[in-house]
Amino acid sequence: MRWPARRRGTPPPPRGAAALALASLASAATVLAGCSTGGPQSTLDSVGFGARRAEGLFWLMFWISMAVFVEVLAFLGWALLRRRRHTVRAGGGDATGFVVVLGVAIPAVILLPVYGRNLADLDALARPPGAPATTVELIGHQWWWEVRYPERPGAVTANEMHIPAGRTVRVLLRTADVQHSFWVPQLMPKTDLIAGKVNQTLLHADRPGTYRAQCAEYCGKQHAFMALVVTADPVDRFEAWLARAAAPAPAPTSQAEQRGRAVFEGGACASCHTVRGTTAHGTVGPDLTTIGSRWSIGAGAVPNDRGHLGGWVANSQTVKPGNYMPPQPVPASDLPDLLTYLQSLR
Amino acid sequence: MTASPPPPGTLRQATRADALATEMPVGRTRGWWGMVFLIATEATVFALLLGSYFYLRFQSGRHWPPPGIEKPELTKAIIMTILLLPSSLPVVWAERGIRRGQPWRLRLGLSLTLIQGLLFLSVQASEYATNLKKFTITTDVYGSLFYATTGFHGFHVTIGLVMVAWLLAASLRGSFGARHHDRVTIVALYWHFVDIVWAFIFMSLYLSPRL
Amino acid sequence: MTVQTEPDQRRPEVAELEHAWHERPSLRTWLSTVDHKRIGRRYMVTAGVFFAIAGVDAIIMRTQLSRPNNGLVTPEEFNQLFTMHGTAMIFLFATPMFFGFGNFLVPLMVGARDMAFPRLNAFGYWVFLGAGSVMFISQFAGAAPDGGWFAYVPLTDRPYSPGRNLDVYALGLLFLGVSTTIGAINFIVTALKMRAPGMSLNRVPLFVWAMVGTSFMVVFALPALNLANAMLFLDRRFGTHFFDPTHGGNSLLWQHLFWVFGHPDVYIIVMPALGIVSSVLPGFCRRGVAAYPLMVLALVTIAIISFGVWVHHMFATGLPFLSYSFFSAASTLITIPSGIQIFAWLATMLRGRIIAGVPFLFAVGFIVNFVLGGFTGVMFAMTVFDQQVTDSYFVVAHFHYVLFGGAVFPLLAGVYYWLPKFTGRMFHNGLGKWAFWLVFIGFNTTFFPMHVSGLLGMPRRVYTYPTGLGWDPWNLLATIGAYVLALGLILVATGVVQAIRRGPAAPDDPWGADTLEWATSSPPRPYNFAVIPQVHSLHPVWDERSREAMATGDVLAGHRAVLTSELDGDREGPVEMPESSLLPFAAALGLLFVVLGLLWGQYWLAVLAAFAVFITLARWLWPPHRTPEEAGVAREGRAP
Ligand code: HEA
Ligand code: HEA
Ligand code: HEC
Ligand code: CUA
Ligand SMILES: [Cu+2]
Repeated sequence: MRWPARRRGTPPPPRGAAALALASLASAATVLAGCSTGGPQSTLDSVGFGARRAEGLFWLMFWISMAVFVEVLAFLGWALLRRRRHTVRAGGGDATGFVVVLGVAIPAVILLPVYGRNLADLDALARPPGAPATTVELIGHQWWWEVRYPERPGAVTANEMHIPAGRTVRVLLRTADVQHSFWVPQLMPKTDLIAGKVNQTLLHADRPGTYRAQCAEYCGKQHAFMALVVTADPVDRFEAWLARAAAPAPAPTSQAEQRGRAVFEGGACASCHTVRGTTAHGTVGPDLTTIGSRWSIGAGAVPNDRGHLGGWVANSQTVKPGNYMPPQPVPASDLPDLLTYLQSLR
Repeated sequence: MTASPPPPGTLRQATRADALATEMPVGRTRGWWGMVFLIATEATVFALLLGSYFYLRFQSGRHWPPPGIEKPELTKAIIMTILLLPSSLPVVWAERGIRRGQPWRLRLGLSLTLIQGLLFLSVQASEYATNLKKFTITTDVYGSLFYATTGFHGFHVTIGLVMVAWLLAASLRGSFGARHHDRVTIVALYWHFVDIVWAFIFMSLYLSPRL
Repeated sequence: MTVQTEPDQRRPEVAELEHAWHERPSLRTWLSTVDHKRIGRRYMVTAGVFFAIAGVDAIIMRTQLSRPNNGLVTPEEFNQLFTMHGTAMIFLFATPMFFGFGNFLVPLMVGARDMAFPRLNAFGYWVFLGAGSVMFISQFAGAAPDGGWFAYVPLTDRPYSPGRNLDVYALGLLFLGVSTTIGAINFIVTALKMRAPGMSLNRVPLFVWAMVGTSFMVVFALPALNLANAMLFLDRRFGTHFFDPTHGGNSLLWQHLFWVFGHPDVYIIVMPALGIVSSVLPGFCRRGVAAYPLMVLALVTIAIISFGVWVHHMFATGLPFLSYSFFSAASTLITIPSGIQIFAWLATMLRGRIIAGVPFLFAVGFIVNFVLGGFTGVMFAMTVFDQQVTDSYFVVAHFHYVLFGGAVFPLLAGVYYWLPKFTGRMFHNGLGKWAFWLVFIGFNTTFFPMHVSGLLGMPRRVYTYPTGLGWDPWNLLATIGAYVLALGLILVATGVVQAIRRGPAAPDDPWGADTLEWATSSPPRPYNFAVIPQVHSLHPVWDERSREAMATGDVLAGHRAVLTSELDGDREGPVEMPESSLLPFAAALGLLFVVLGLLWGQYWLAVLAAFAVFITLARWLWPPHRTPEEAGVAREGRAP
């Protein structure tokens, strides 16, 4: 067989293509620069045993990838920049050995132990440091989280979860409607909430702090605002918080609060929301017994302050379009008292 | 055509005149392969459907069929099996016949199959009539699976019968013979497929809940 | 040195052949043509238009995401945007685009005159056009699917998606599935039966192997999607309970069925692209692709293993350890055949003499991007890491690196490489180089930052995000990149239009490449090859004996093609090829009305249209009347 001669004179050395290889290396360097960043939801700033396993695995894979990438680029660069005498005939062997060694043998040798490491990690995720101390029940709703503490009947809250720092917590995951996913990047890889199934995951925060979490399975219009904050407290603070969370709402202390409560109980609110210790027992929306102390309104939609609260109650559809709380035509005269009351629920 | 001698296995080098008269050269035809892969993809649908049946069955708890629904009635299903499974034989016989240039065998065989297939469908209709009084596709997942699976198969039987009838009509016009029976072979393949699938459905839907 | 591979056009047999295959341009022949080259070009142009629309969807999304709390689109609109973007890119652009390449090239590469089933081929195109139109029109009507491209239940079931949107998804994909399935069967049978004499399996070009591999995956994977969509439609419309856990159904069944299809599907998309790379390199390295047997083996292995990895898309659903460890192992294993391919291409370059033409640049860009995308794939194969980043932008980065970097780069290489063959015109080289650099830089600027935002915890499918999470700069960068990328792609499109309008006429074989499509004119005549080639090696155009056979052999007269044996490519004899016909178009139109009838709930229309389709098919396949002698009817019961 004859390989055809080149047609159009001598080609220029493929500089452009080599520049490409260099550009790729530069972009690879960007990773290094980019990934050292932390953040409230960063997987590279792990605080729990599960997230730490995942992070370790990432860096391991990252360096392996970089090494193989450099190898590939080196061959590419060599092929592109090598000076070739024009008399050199292309062809020459089928390179089977080259392909088998670099494409089969070396990857196999690399990947086998990596796979072993993965199995070890997978196993480790089911073996927390220490037996579970507390159980939390997390129920996904379109588009908010219901948080219950089955060991402490009555302790119900929404869009926030408190756990004892340094202890293992078992989280039972259910959904009230469609699929969601529970993901606290700094603490634990995610587990889905699946209709007709109860899943389970383990949380463990090494140190106190607040860790942002966000629904990670597309669940409809407001999937973007279905956030949750996990607060890890020292054990005694956690116990205190839990005791308060399990208790009924504090009685109104001022006349404004008194009137606000009446508005709440008398209006539509009570048909959807629960405030323990009052006649409001609705279950459509989040339990509001501790709404005054929450980190946000609408699962991360807006900060929890008086202005935003007023806006939310009047028309949450402008704040979080499509959510399942209809606009509430609360008379302007009643609204301030209602807000005062809601803010007092801590 | 080319300088190379006809490779071994080739009956004869096709010359212009006889090639024009021949629809099928030696070897498997394109149509045959086409049908084989059509059957492969359809068989995959059935395999997945039965896979879904067992998946849902074993995920849904201990009772199968779910409480409130009796185990599937066997008598009619057995009659259906007895009607359908042997219905491949007349097709085989008919196809052999036309290979030997005997259109009468083709016509007779196809008619027999047609009758068996129609009987199968009517027994299935009567089975549906009784079953629908007890549960429907919306009752629960068992109903959905039962009617979807058997209905999908029934639909295939219908398609198969349409093909058989179509072939019969074409054969009455005298299009087939020893040299032209490509379409017969293809329809026969399809019918065997429809037939064999029933065996799996019978075992999965009717027999397995009784084990 | 010109390579003489065609018989003299003035020979009378050739003129006669020209007459037998000629189609007079008219509306009728436009609707009725069965020429695989015209159909192939149609596939490519249509898929290109769908790509542009889906790309514009992406640009709108990127604009919305360029800064936090942006209000360019509503959540509903955003959800339709990414669903249509993903669905269209996967189903209406990538697969049909490669089917277009395959349609044009497979018959040429195997030295045939058309596909095995030319009419089915035409039918497939019309069905694709119908399905694509239905889905895109729904977007302009504001009722586009909005459940994500994998449409997880229960979100997509009736209680949570009561509109028509998801009916469009289920029915549109079922409709399209008809086209894809028969397209795939057509490729397989063409490759099995229509190869030129002498083209034994070890002489089949890698692109053809790739199309066959893809087609096999379609045959066995697509049923899962079709079944899932049929069940979804039944659940939504007729109240069945396949996915409804309150009545014994199971929502994970959808996920299993979808990914049993979905994972092979990503290789269905990438495999023809790998084949294109293997086709482009020989012309620019002046040698055949290294380790051909290993390359074939790699394609076959990928096709097989791809059926055993689907659960890696469900690593967060809480399945048992055993299941995870199995699917993790299989996903790790699948890197090996990919590695074989990468290093075989590198070996080809190392041992060849490189000419850096525009197609070659895209092929090199492909290698760089695909390897990066592959690495993140292997990372996901590690279950624990996947559980951390699944459904985050890290996944979005991965699949754009493999889909755009791994499939669209080769596609663009292929566009430049075969443009002379498709259109008979050469493209402008400088414009091509500019396009390459803009696309390469734009691509990496768009999708590289997504790795970082994903690692920083940004979930996918969010219409906006709050500030303060460290995501803002990465998103802005990605948006800027997307605009650069769009500019590059517009340059590609400009280059194509410029070539068609004003490009110099292309020679038959501008690259000095090795496969048979270069042995015929640019663009090829309706009958492709006057003399059916006799193939003597894997690189017939580089091979004296094969070339000589083509130039001097006998012309195969008439509207006929040659069948050969499945394995060795032994000649079995000529067959008559079907004439052009309006029936495929009519059948596709009928099917369109079946779908519309189901969509609108007008079941009588669906039934009526289905009936019309049946009648059309019966006419289409009706055998010609023959005399008893012709048919071979035995007299008095004796064999003829
Ligand atoms: C063209 C499409 C394509 C291709 C080729 C691939 C290739 C691969 N993919 Fe990818 N994937 C997608 C398209 C594709 N993927 C899409 C669309 C999704 C998301 C769907 C969605 O959720 O919307 C997805 C998601 C996805 C997931 C799930 C992520 C998640 O949602 O959590 C996983 C998990 O395992 C995965 C794995 C892999 C692997 C192991 C490969 C391997 O085949 C890669 C092999 C290649 C290489 C590794 C590079 C070359 C090899 C070498 C140079 C040898 C040496 C290498 C080493 C030693 C490491 N992919
Ligand atoms: C082959 C597949 C493919 C391709 C090519 C692309 C291309 C692009 N994708 Fe795509 N993408 C997917 C497949 C693909 N995507 C899938 C499957 C999803 C998941 C969907 C889901 O979650 O359900 C997704 C999701 C997805 C997201 C995540 C959305 C989310 O989770 O919220 C984003 C965000 O930036 C994005 C961006 C882009 C961009 C900027 C491009 C750009 O590369 C686009 C560039 C193209 C253009 C700008 C068109 C301009 C071209 C012309 C004008 C030329 C005309 C040509 C002719 C006429 C021949 N994509
Ligand atoms: C029809 C049901 C319904 C009614 C009536 C209703 N709500 Fe809501 N409410 C909801 C739902 C559902 C949510 C969760 C929305 C989301 O985040 O997606 C919600 C959320 C809230 C929140 C934010 C809770 C949090 O943790 O983020 C507040 C505060 C609230 N509602 C107050 C009120 C008040 C005050 C009224 C009466 C004036 C009222 N709601 C009436 C359904 C209702
Ligand atoms: Cu809940 Cu996304
Ligand atoms: Cu996959």
